[in-house]
Amino acid sequence: MSIDTIEGHGPAPEAGATADTPVLEVTDLNVTFRGFGNNPDVNAVRGVSYSVRSGEVLGIVGESGSGKSVSSMAAMGLLPDHANITGSVRLHGEEILGLEDKVMARKRGKVISMVFQDPLSGLTPVYTVGDQLAEAVTTHDKKIPKAKARERAVELLDLVGIPNPEHRYRSFPHEFSGGMRQRVMIAMAMANDPDVIICDEPTTALDVTIQAQILDLLRTAQSETGAAIVMITHDLGVVAGFVDRLLVMYAGRPVEIGTVDEIYYGSRMPYTMGLLGAVPRMDLERQGALVPIKGNPPSLTDLPPGCPFAPRCPIAQPECDLAEPELLTVGAQPSAETIRATSEENGQAPAQVEDTGDRRVACIRSGEIETNDWTAQDIYPVPDIPEAEGTGGEREHRAEVLRVHDLIKHHPLMKGAVLKRRVGTVYAVDGLDFDIREGETLALVGESGCGKSSTLMEILGLEKPQRGSVEVMGRDVSTLSKAERFALRKDMQIVFQDPMSSLDPRMTVFDIIAEPLVTHRVPQDEITRRVYELVGLVGLNTEHVTRFPAEFSGGQRQRIGIARALALEPKLLVLDEPVSALDVSIQAGVINLLEELQAQLGLAYLFVAHDLSVVRHIADRVAVMYLGRIVEIGDTDSLYKSPSHPYTQALLSAIPVPDPEKERGRAHIVLDGDLPSPANPPSGCRFRTRCQKFVTLSAHDQEQCTNVEPQILPVNGGDQGSACHFAERQEGAV
Amino acid sequence: MGKFLARRLLNYVVLIFLATSFAYVLAATNLAPRDYFEQMQPPPDPELVNAQLDRLNLNDQTPLAERYVTWMGGALTGDFGQTIQGGSVTDQMLMKAGVTLRLIVVATLIGSFMGIAIGAYAAIRQYRAFDKAATGASFFVLSIPTVVIAIVIQVGAAAFNDFIGFQFFRYSGEYTAGIQGEWWELLINRVYHAILPTLVLALALFAAFARYQRNMMLDVLGSDFVRTAMAKGLTRRKALFKHALRTAMIPTITYFTFTFGMLVSGATFTEKIYAWHGMGAWLIDSIARQDVHVVAAVSWFMAVTIMLASFLSDILYAWLDPRVRV
Repeated sequence: MSIDTIEGHGPAPEAGATADTPVLEVTDLNVTFRGFGNNPDVNAVRGVSYSVRSGEVLGIVGESGSGKSVSSMAAMGLLPDHANITGSVRLHGEEILGLEDKVMARKRGKVISMVFQDPLSGLTPVYTVGDQLAEAVTTHDKKIPKAKARERAVELLDLVGIPNPEHRYRSFPHEFSGGMRQRVMIAMAMANDPDVIICDEPTTALDVTIQAQILDLLRTAQSETGAAIVMITHDLGVVAGFVDRLLVMYAGRPVEIGTVDEIYYGSRMPYTMGLLGAVPRMDLERQGALVPIKGNPPSLTDLPPGCPFAPRCPIAQPECDLAEPELLTVGAQPSAETIRATSEENGQAPAQVEDTGDRRVACIRSGEIETNDWTAQDIYPVPDIPEAEGTGGEREHRAEVLRVHDLIKHHPLMKGAVLKRRVGTVYAVDGLDFDIREGETLALVGESGCGKSSTLMEILGLEKPQRGSVEVMGRDVSTLSKAERFALRKDMQIVFQDPMSSLDPRMTVFDIIAEPLVTHRVPQDEITRRVYELVGLVGLNTEHVTRFPAEFSGGQRQRIGIARALALEPKLLVLDEPVSALDVSIQAGVINLLEELQAQLGLAYLFVAHDLSVVRHIADRVAVMYLGRIVEIGDTDSLYKSPSHPYTQALLSAIPVPDPEKERGRAHIVLDGDLPSPANPPSGCRFRTRCQKFVTLSAHDQEQCTNVEPQILPVNGGDQGSACHFAERQEGAV
Repeated sequence: MGKFLARRLLNYVVLIFLATSFAYVLAATNLAPRDYFEQMQPPPDPELVNAQLDRLNLNDQTPLAERYVTWMGGALTGDFGQTIQGGSVTDQMLMKAGVTLRLIVVATLIGSFMGIAIGAYAAIRQYRAFDKAATGASFFVLSIPTVVIAIVIQVGAAAFNDFIGFQFFRYSGEYTAGIQGEWWELLINRVYHAILPTLVLALALFAAFARYQRNMMLDVLGSDFVRTAMAKGLTRRKALFKHALRTAMIPTITYFTFTFGMLVSGATFTEKIYAWHGMGAWLIDSIARQDVHVVAAVSWFMAVTIMLASFLSDILYAWLDPRVRV
């Protein structure tokens, strides 16, 4: 690791550490990864400055590749040797960039600690959880007796809410769920009462109800240790209610910094504005089309000379390409004439780099945006999505494209190698009922492990289910012959979650889209015509068809996947988390495309997702699943506005809303514990073990929950139905 | 855990029985002990040959099944029959097994330790000079059969001895014939003789292990838990040693079983070339002597050592990886 620090800049380490000194101060940080062989260097971080004071929470948001994680890893001294770091990182006024690993190690985990994104791989699999936690204590205090460190570890496990900590001390990481592992990671970060905790996407890999638990825990951790927190995330909902100040990054550069309210309610940088407009909002009833940001983030190896966002910016001027704009207060940006003049002289105005705590923006038109009070809708061309024809009619009168009745999928649990014996059953899908009518979207939502994907696979298999029935286009699939089944597949196609792995890397885009047509023996000239038609339909260019998937970005690949699914003119499209792998700005474009296609082609969607904001935006009806069963189903508006099942209420309340004021005022229902194992679901109502309502019931009522499995009954006399004995519609969960 | 190991042990016993049976049948049908006697000068009386073959349970006129049952009946009680010259196979085997095991165990320890250490370090220094040198060396060794390595080292040692004028390296026999002296002088003499053959075996093993360990280590180097360990306050070196290496060694341990078979066969040639009277050399001589019982017994021995190695790696695996201890 080669490091240059800014010499003679700021106060001397010992003398300058006053009460007012920020706990962590990063100034003009640059990180370049040297390319091996002929690979070009990657400029991952360019000129990042921020400071956090004791007790303050700073959010850093940006899409993947914006350098937000790398900048904090650099501050922790965790980057590999080939990273070239310049700038300055001060901890309590003391320069820590460039310290030897040995010296830096004494600060890591003691003064500055970090919580990482993926709890599943973050713990060493071969040591017990407790030992790893105790290690965090003993590393910094070599003289502490083993028993003392152990005691502290148990105490920490208790503090982060691991039940039965004394006993769980001896557990190995694989015996813990993701949420519990993240708790352990947080315990580790808190172990030595650090002054700064850097949280790098701490909840991204977790389900929403677990995310709510972890965010709660982080708040506890902060009040417990009084630490400053740097919260890195791409989720604009998470930061809204959690942070005080916000730093927005794009292509390795800070593009806007300010308090969270300033940025959410009055962003002056087109990128931030687009980002905020691109987020589907769960709390808004009719949001209209999302703001799509066209294009893709630039490659970090080959940056444009000017503003990195200029190629995607709807209000870019020629001056934007001349020089990269500095992060300056609104209105302090040089005028277009000055930029032209300085760029001709080829000199750069001296920039102020350190974080002053003021709100600053890196856009030369920020002043203009301020005076005109532009919003995202003003500067971004928002597509006009036509209202679908034929969907105006009553739901009951439209044809059914899919009906699932009492569907079951049980997997046997086997043991033994030679003599297999059944030791249990995984109740993956346990009695589902729903239908989808022509031209409508049904969303199947739920946390991981609730049986969403199993349901999809059962439906797509077109085989006779273990119990119950699946009817596609009014035909019971169990009665189909092989040829009929093949023909029926035309009507039902799927778009997969991961656009990176669902396209064959050795086939051209043309071959990928043509494959279903070839399989169904469409004549060759018809295939060519249809492929070009589809490419245009999903918003790709004709010259793209000869290229390979590797040349496309995630959003474009997902468009290819959609084109492939549409090739056979299906009536029902099954969408398995189609946007969850995409960045917000890209996701907006794909969601808009899906809405357009539905209106144009009259498609019905079965939309599987865990992101309830996306669902509210796109779905007509929603079915909430829990442990293999639907707990609540109904039209989107009623369900979001007045959910009646306690699980739906908790789920909706757990999702942070990207609106700081609203978010601060919301009371989240935080569920206890994890999803029970589908191999051993609780008796009666499956949700009762985590239910917030169950504990408030009388003993007699509780008995009913424990013994009688609730069935879905209508709750509002209309479409909304809920499987709860004590269903009660409640407003204001969102 | 105990149940798991017990089940594995039972599997191994069955495998050893099968391997030995196949080896016996193969040897009994392909070797011709009768020729061995008939070639003698002067040619012995055919009656006498038959009688001798019957006494040794080697007569090809007796049905194979009957010979097999007789032999296996003895083998199960620890009596592996007689050599073609009439000695007890079991007695000789015990003697020679010691020689071979000494060679194999020492070579395994040195080879695998060096391989794991060098492989792991090469991974940490990926694409640097050390890594390139280690990679080059291991591929070079891997591409040459053990026989050739053994001979090349022997020739090199002879040339070296000639050059310095006295016998520094010993490359023939286990100890100097007829040597007398204190016990430590005998020991040093034996160690001297052991250096070259052990080196030959260790080299081959080192190469395989270094490659494998390097890859395993590269897999864990960038892993999140190493980063977590560093974030806790461990130095990079300590995080790598305590968290990365142990995890990266788990797959290497299973690999150990596979290499052990390679090592045993490698030992066969090495013993022969360096004139060690071990199992390998014995096997080759016995094939030339048409000695069915020795061939089967040596196969039994090899099966047992390989299964033992396997069992050992099961235990090590369970010790290293808590996830299999259920």
